Amino acid sequence: MAFQSDNKVIKWIEYRLPIFTLLDHAVGTYPAPKNLSYWWNFGSLAGLMLVVQIVTGIVLVMHYTPHTSLAFTSVEHIMRDVNYGWLIRYIHMNGASFFFIAVYFHIFRGLYYGSYKAPRELLWFLGIIIYLLMMATAFMGYVLPWGQMSFWGATVITNLFSAIPVVGESIVTLLWGGFSVGNPTLNRLFSLHYLLPFIIVGLVILHIWALHQHGSNNPLGIDKKDSRDTIPFHPYYTIKDLFGIAVFLLVFSIFLFYSPNFFGEPDNYIEANPLVTPAHIVPEWYLLPFYAILRSVPSKLGGVILMFAAILILFVLPWLDTSRVRSAKFRPVYKQFFWIFLANCLLLGVVGAKPPEGIWVLIGRLATVYYFAHFLVICPLVGWFERPRPLPTSINEAVLPKAAAAAGE
Amino acid sequence: MATTHGAAHAGQTRRDFLFLAAGAGVGIGAALTVWPFIDSLNPSADVLALASTEVDIGKVPLGQQLTVLWRGKPVFVKHRNPEEIEKARADDSASMPDPQKDAERVKKPEWLVMLGVCTHLGCVPLGNQGPYGGWFCPCHGSAYDTSGRIRQGPAPRNLEIPPYAFLNDTRIKIG
Ligand code: FES
Repeated sequence: MAFQSDNKVIKWIEYRLPIFTLLDHAVGTYPAPKNLSYWWNFGSLAGLMLVVQIVTGIVLVMHYTPHTSLAFTSVEHIMRDVNYGWLIRYIHMNGASFFFIAVYFHIFRGLYYGSYKAPRELLWFLGIIIYLLMMATAFMGYVLPWGQMSFWGATVITNLFSAIPVVGESIVTLLWGGFSVGNPTLNRLFSLHYLLPFIIVGLVILHIWALHQHGSNNPLGIDKKDSRDTIPFHPYYTIKDLFGIAVFLLVFSIFLFYSPNFFGEPDNYIEANPLVTPAHIVPEWYLLPFYAILRSVPSKLGGVILMFAAILILFVLPWLDTSRVRSAKFRPVYKQFFWIFLANCLLLGVVGAKPPEGIWVLIGRLATVYYFAHFLVICPLVGWFERPRPLPTSINEAVLPKAAAAAGE
Repeated sequence: MATTHGAAHAGQTRRDFLFLAAGAGVGIGAALTVWPFIDSLNPSADVLALASTEVDIGKVPLGQQLTVLWRGKPVFVKHRNPEEIEKARADDSASMPDPQKDAERVKKPEWLVMLGVCTHLGCVPLGNQGPYGGWFCPCHGSAYDTSGRIRQGPAPRNLEIPPYAFLNDTRIKIG
């Protein structure tokens, strides 16, 4: 099964370090189910965005100054004076949003097709950890320009830890390195913002390793049986991924060049002022659903606990979902609840962006209750009572019914 | 037979002991090594040194509020008018999350000095707003009364009173 080549250099290297065999297994002859749809493109898109963020980030750091008195102006310096600085910064800024867009598609695809079920639980866990680290990294990055939203976002998020009984206040002081968000805070967040993406790269490698152990899930959610169910990753899926990348980058470019501040908040172009909180402080869009959950609970500690629980509950999902069938294609009841759940998440996002008054408080509470009910009540019960539709006997048969029938004759 | 068994047993316990002692030594050593790195994140000496601020309050008109920075945090110095004092006292026995009498929160009733930091997640509440006529936090909707006590919303405690002293009628020292 080792990689074959006549090239002398490749042979020389391969004999000492079998890296070509490794790569060949990972992206070359790796047998992928032949029925993967475009929903399976978002994994590679997320990987691409990670690389884009690292490359642009490294260049930005060459021009940025992590000090409260200079951070804001150094970002403006990047925007106005550095050659193509505006472009690199806008790629980095919008790249974060598009990274999350890709990852959210990727996660909901996993939820729809049951990609978290045995034997892919660890693959799912690694994904959740990557998602958590992404949120931490994005939050820290948002602090660096030292605008009003940066400062107050950092204040609110770090204060979440003061909800912890007894040691909370000491933890917050430790995070700040002072009595409020200030220069020591900015410096440490900068350090970690540079570190975490590389940890994410490591986790992505583990994620892919775990993926290749049992192979990709597929729209039918059934296991592949023999070589008739699969095609080699290269060239079939490399070309499909490249096509997806082209489309994705096209959409990315529309925002990048025509509406680069679409995802941002105008208040962040005002330098941080510790005396005035902006009238509406909102986090970046990708954190809004969790922000809505935080605000829905009329207790500080309770809100913080529920917010973290909203993500951690994903870790137990493989056991909360009691159905043996993976794909929602064959689960008529779960399928409907999936769409309701997705709509509910979007609703939470809307609530998170609204001021916490009037009807929004009530809607936020109901949506929060439903969010947890989906995992704790609906998933177990539906798995129990639902009658799944009959599964096809093999991927090949479902995808190419005629060919399979002909072969059977 | 008995002696061999005893010797083997003794050897075993001695080895176990050495193993545990070495393990404990490494564990304690690791903890001692990690501590300086963690403690380096705590406030440094120069941050701790910024202890107090003096404020001239002579020019604050009745009903207005002065905001000053102390240890990187805003401090409200509010010159309360008689209605506000009256309202704060009238509510002394109302039910609230963090019960406190107005008299416990001031040195002179017309001067309310407190940290302008919402006890929920640290935003700066806005003055003369909200259902209790005191402060209202725009972040998640906590409402404070004219004594800075939490009356409604997610914040758990009243706005904190920093240590301060009147140097004379028009000067106070915070910290
Ligand atoms: S910070 Fe004031 S209500 Fe949350």
